[in-house]
Amino acid sequence: MTAALKVIAPGLHTSLQDDGRRGFQDVGVPVSGPLDRVALRLANALVGNPQDTAALEILVQGPTLEVMSQSVRVALVGGSGGLDILDGQERVAPPGESVRLTQGTRLRVRGLGKVSCAYLAIEGGFAATPVLRSVSTYTRGGLGGLDGRPLAAGDILPISAGAVEERPELALPSPLDPGLDQPIRAVLGPQDDFFSEGAIGTFLSSTYTVSAQADRMGFRLEGPKLDHAKGYDIVSDAIVDGSTQVPGSGQPIVLLVDAQTTGGYP
Amino acid sequence: MTDVRFLPAGDTALIVEFGAEVERDLSDRVLSLSDQVRLAKLPGVTETVPTFRSLAVHYDPLATSSETLVSATRELLAHPPQRRPPARLWRVPACYDQRCAPDLAEVARAKELTADEIVRAHSRTRYHVYMVGFVPGFPYMGDLPPELVLPRRTDPRVRVPPGSIAIATTLTAVYPIESPGGWHLVGATPVRLFDSAWERPALFSPGDAVLFEPIPFAEHERIGRAVASGDYAVRSESLAP
Repeated sequence: MTAALKVIAPGLHTSLQDDGRRGFQDVGVPVSGPLDRVALRLANALVGNPQDTAALEILVQGPTLEVMSQSVRVALVGGSGGLDILDGQERVAPPGESVRLTQGTRLRVRGLGKVSCAYLAIEGGFAATPVLRSVSTYTRGGLGGLDGRPLAAGDILPISAGAVEERPELALPSPLDPGLDQPIRAVLGPQDDFFSEGAIGTFLSSTYTVSAQADRMGFRLEGPKLDHAKGYDIVSDAIVDGSTQVPGSGQPIVLLVDAQTTGGYP
Repeated sequence: MTDVRFLPAGDTALIVEFGAEVERDLSDRVLSLSDQVRLAKLPGVTETVPTFRSLAVHYDPLATSSETLVSATRELLAHPPQRRPPARLWRVPACYDQRCAPDLAEVARAKELTADEIVRAHSRTRYHVYMVGFVPGFPYMGDLPPELVLPRRTDPRVRVPPGSIAIATTLTAVYPIESPGGWHLVGATPVRLFDSAWERPALFSPGDAVLFEPIPFAEHERIGRAVASGDYAVRSESLAP
């Protein structure tokens, strides 16, 4: 029997992510890894894995998978929809709870609701070969995961455990609150002196909306224009997860885990 | 060291800024500090990323703090090393045949030189690898001889083939993987610049030196086949510290 999951439908962009790829940013390799580290770690905890074990990162629309092994234990963390369990007696496994499934069962990730990112962890983890010390998928460079790409229909995802023991299932004590109504904290710099005082004030007091141009590299924001005081070309400087660049348009771009390691806007 | 600025990049990186120009002296100071920070194995530091004019010190905010790293870095800056970090000189075969150099004629027209003069100028210069970024393994190298300096293309390409040798502003580069690009393509190399199977996945490291050695098109194809079958190693030598 194959210890694996079969991909029936891949979802919009489903990829394997562990803690990320560190130590190669000086040669242009981004860290990658999870967009939501807390959710990844909680999903792993629910199935009894070390916290940074690779799991499936699900963006916007999730996959449908079929259990090929004797039994597996999975947990979905992120979003409000949970999992449809299709094993003859249709039921829903809520998010934030582990569930044991047997061979032939299909699981379908339901709509995520207000968030766009969730993690499906599996007991024992996925059996993927690390590339540059990590199995995190970096699609632009074709590194990690499944040949450096997101899931596709028909893929077989090897897993480490062929069968899992029955045990009381684990659940989060309360639903994961992503704090969507909370302000986002920011550290100014390193080029905050490229902006007028007014622009900084506008940035810190206005509402910005995430545009449709969004992926694991980053997203464009739409909102009040930010004026530069010293131009918008800089000699390239380093980028971190969360760096916010403002090109000539005055509309901020928030850079994420797959962003290039250096950038040329303040 | 009054001219060094310590700037935050969120709560996971400290930027040590030496200036705001592409300049060899600045680069040497950045690379020297990068080497010192690595050797010092400061607790909580996860990696360092040298750029043209700054060093990013990435850290785990649960294991150290920006304040701790600022004082540790000040201490290192006060005691600059006697020796420069180890580096290599790479001799890179470069084909400037028109089949490998779609922009060479245009560059020659823009600079009012012949294509041969462009090739001679580009291949007689020993370049310094300032930094690696943009895509994995993409080396920003300089400085170009003054007669080759020109702005980026007004019309960037959606796809630049891997191995393309390019120039723009005062810099030259090689595209390691297929990617979009706005630089002028003046040649191509058959060697591989990035391979995730290597322990150090990029051929060049910041601080290395690079010389392009012109080869005819037939040799370009021959080396390309040898690279594909794993029978080719780029010539390089250690640079005296």
